Amino acid sequence: MKKINFETKFEIIRFSVAILIALALSFIIILLVSDMPFLALQKLFLGPLENLRRFGNVIELAITLSFAGLSIAIIFSANQFNLAPEGAFYASGAISAMFVLTFPLPKIISPFLAIIIGGLIGAIICVIPALLKKKWGASELVSSLMLNFIVMYLAKYFINNKFKDPTCGYNATYILPDSSRLINIIPGTRIHFGLIIVVFTIFVCVVFMQKTKWGFQLLQTGRNVEFAKYVGINTSAIIIMSQAIGGFIAGMGGSIETLGMYNRFQWQSLPGYGFDGVIVAILAKNKPKYVPLAAFFLAYIRIGADKMATSTDVTSEMIAIIQGVIIMLVAATSFLSNTRQKMLIKKVRNNG
Amino acid sequence: MMNKINKIYPNGVVANKDVDFSVRRGEIHALVGENGAGKSTLMKILFGIEKPTEGSIYYKGKKLIINSPLDAINYGFGMVHQHFMLVESMSVSENIVLGSEPGSSWKINSNIQDEEAKKIMEKYNFKINVKAKISDLSIGLRQKVEILKALYKGAEVLILDEPTAVLTPQETVELFEQLKALKAQGHTIIFISHKLNEIKEICDRISIMRNGTLVGVYDVNAVTKDEISDLMVGKSVNWEVLKTPTKKGKVLLKVKNLTVINEANFPCLKHVSFNLHSSTILGIVGVEGNGQKELVDSIAGLTKIESGEIILKDKKINTSSVEKIRELGLSHIPGDRMVRGIANESTIEENLLATHTKDERLFHKGFLKTKEIRKWSEELISEFQIKASSPKVPIKMLSGGNIQKVIVAREFSKNSDCIIANQPTRGIDIGAAKFIHLKLIELRDKGAGVLLLSADLSEIKSMSDSLLVIFNGQFVAYFEDANKVTEEQLGKFMLGVEKQDEKEIKRCEA
Repeated sequence: MKKINFETKFEIIRFSVAILIALALSFIIILLVSDMPFLALQKLFLGPLENLRRFGNVIELAITLSFAGLSIAIIFSANQFNLAPEGAFYASGAISAMFVLTFPLPKIISPFLAIIIGGLIGAIICVIPALLKKKWGASELVSSLMLNFIVMYLAKYFINNKFKDPTCGYNATYILPDSSRLINIIPGTRIHFGLIIVVFTIFVCVVFMQKTKWGFQLLQTGRNVEFAKYVGINTSAIIIMSQAIGGFIAGMGGSIETLGMYNRFQWQSLPGYGFDGVIVAILAKNKPKYVPLAAFFLAYIRIGADKMATSTDVTSEMIAIIQGVIIMLVAATSFLSNTRQKMLIKKVRNNG
Repeated sequence: MMNKINKIYPNGVVANKDVDFSVRRGEIHALVGENGAGKSTLMKILFGIEKPTEGSIYYKGKKLIINSPLDAINYGFGMVHQHFMLVESMSVSENIVLGSEPGSSWKINSNIQDEEAKKIMEKYNFKINVKAKISDLSIGLRQKVEILKALYKGAEVLILDEPTAVLTPQETVELFEQLKALKAQGHTIIFISHKLNEIKEICDRISIMRNGTLVGVYDVNAVTKDEISDLMVGKSVNWEVLKTPTKKGKVLLKVKNLTVINEANFPCLKHVSFNLHSSTILGIVGVEGNGQKELVDSIAGLTKIESGEIILKDKKINTSSVEKIRELGLSHIPGDRMVRGIANESTIEENLLATHTKDERLFHKGFLKTKEIRKWSEELISEFQIKASSPKVPIKMLSGGNIQKVIVAREFSKNSDCIIANQPTRGIDIGAAKFIHLKLIELRDKGAGVLLLSADLSEIKSMSDSLLVIFNGQFVAYFEDANKVTEEQLGKFMLGVEKQDEKEIKRCEA
């Protein structure tokens, strides 16, 4: 038991050290580019706490990033570098918008069905790279990246040609019916019912990965596929199942973002949430239970950076650099831990 | 040439122990030994791939410091690996000059390259189209390119690691012609091989290794094949196994006319048949790479079989999934412990659980019964004497012997009646090995049939009730009573020096 305590302690120390270094580095960068470095730093790290609305922004973003992180965490657990959740987010958002515009349904039923349909579309999209890999040995990384553009332009075709509101000043769909919108649950913010759905989804994922036979088999398959085959796990089925689940979650995320945050569907390019999901999943070490923490962290940094950009002279390019530095350092701790682990094993082996 | 070479690997394996190895200029020198005897390690040290823990290397009276293959190449060594190191998408000439391209260092001139390649081929009388792509060449030609590559870099000493293992008989004849020609031109050749006939044919002297030490250097003409095989196999530590005689039960596993062809289109198993009875340990012995892996994999459902039948408890399992075969009652200790036997990142508990997902005691409608699983894994850890503080410890923290005990615990806790034990004690300490032996015998006495494969002759001889010898994808001998055969005799069958007649071998199908 002592060892586990040691590990946890080590993690906390490492995380803190990374944050401190990131702080110092961003301070140096800000010092170089800004006339008001202390204000900028304050906005970056305390900006999100200034008022309820800002903190609400953090939560709103964290909801979406949690869906993305969960999706990627489950997909990566199977040791598949499938980035199709990016496309799934877009396509599902578009599909649910089209669905609620085409079929006017009463409250609750309308968003519920739209989210389910979004999830199914997401699942289908994310299974495609796995099938291509199994059938023809196509690298899932390449095929999923290409697939993202295919589904985006396909969805965009329908959005811009069949559902476009000509009276709107920019490319967007007609206004989504009120009955389809996710209700706001905290007044004074835009936090919507998606928060409850995401908490529930995280809970289901944690149970799935830690407590079910499928989750168990998925973990073993991802860690060593040769081992999984040898013990009698149907690895192809498990891999395809995991991609479908990951895709479903990404799809739900896309639909919920659309129905919770916007009154029209207006994405004109890939939203980038799939890639954010990779960051979240790496920070959470692919463990669903850490996903909300990681998502919150990333959302907090993003909103803080926005605040810094709007209220100081630090330009948006610098913001992106600072964000990158912070995320990289925190993510780097996971890499460090791998090296440390290897060193430890060597030590143990040498001692007999 | 090599003086008091010691090599201890980080995992504690002593691969070379005070080896003094020397080669005379202009000879073909054979280096033989069983798998794991230390020949490859010794050659890797000479070629700079591994560093010796102790010892020094002298060449032409000078002490050499070899830190990398590049140093070795500069000193005039060349190595042809068993698995070729060629760039398949490049041409023959490009491969030959690779690393020391002629002409300007800024520009690659393929005409000069072709010329250079042709020149070296003329010099040594090789005939290969220099413009052909490696991927279009046969294995035999690729090997020639490897040799030319070494010669082009000025190799005076050529190390060939089991060069004939991949060749057809005709290609072997051709290779030998060329080796003799190289020798005539003053080159020195170190020839690693298992095949005593070939050594007799072309080598001048022979060094024999066993267990990391050099056990003898002879003129090839002065020793017989039998003497060589005795020296290779040796008489290692005896495993004292307390084993009562057994009474053969009914047929558990029936393998009929099994043929397996691997991805390289090579027939690894050729019409193999045998029966495994309950309450017996049937040993299968052979030099590694003679079809054992394919035999085990096809029974365990891990490889595609070309033709033949495998019948486990009256059910044909030719195309069954691993899951089905395991459900029928097969347990399997894999030969490649770290590759297949465990998931490195998983805990001991997870590794134990992996083959028990159908167990009602541990799973309820697809959900893990956490408490029961914890209790069960703790029981297994104590029963199998696994040294670990908790089932939650990642398995990679354990020593090799304890990892093997986890595998054995997992496979033996299923009440299977057909057990494949492939190298069950390889590389683990005697205590753990003994423990596993006793467990195997206990299971046999309870009525299980065990198929035992091991590279350790004394282990397999003392454990097995009956013995089959496999050579070149076929059985070459069957011994009803494993006690009635000596290790020296086994060695001769394993190396293909002797072969029983069909009738005697057929007895294993009874």
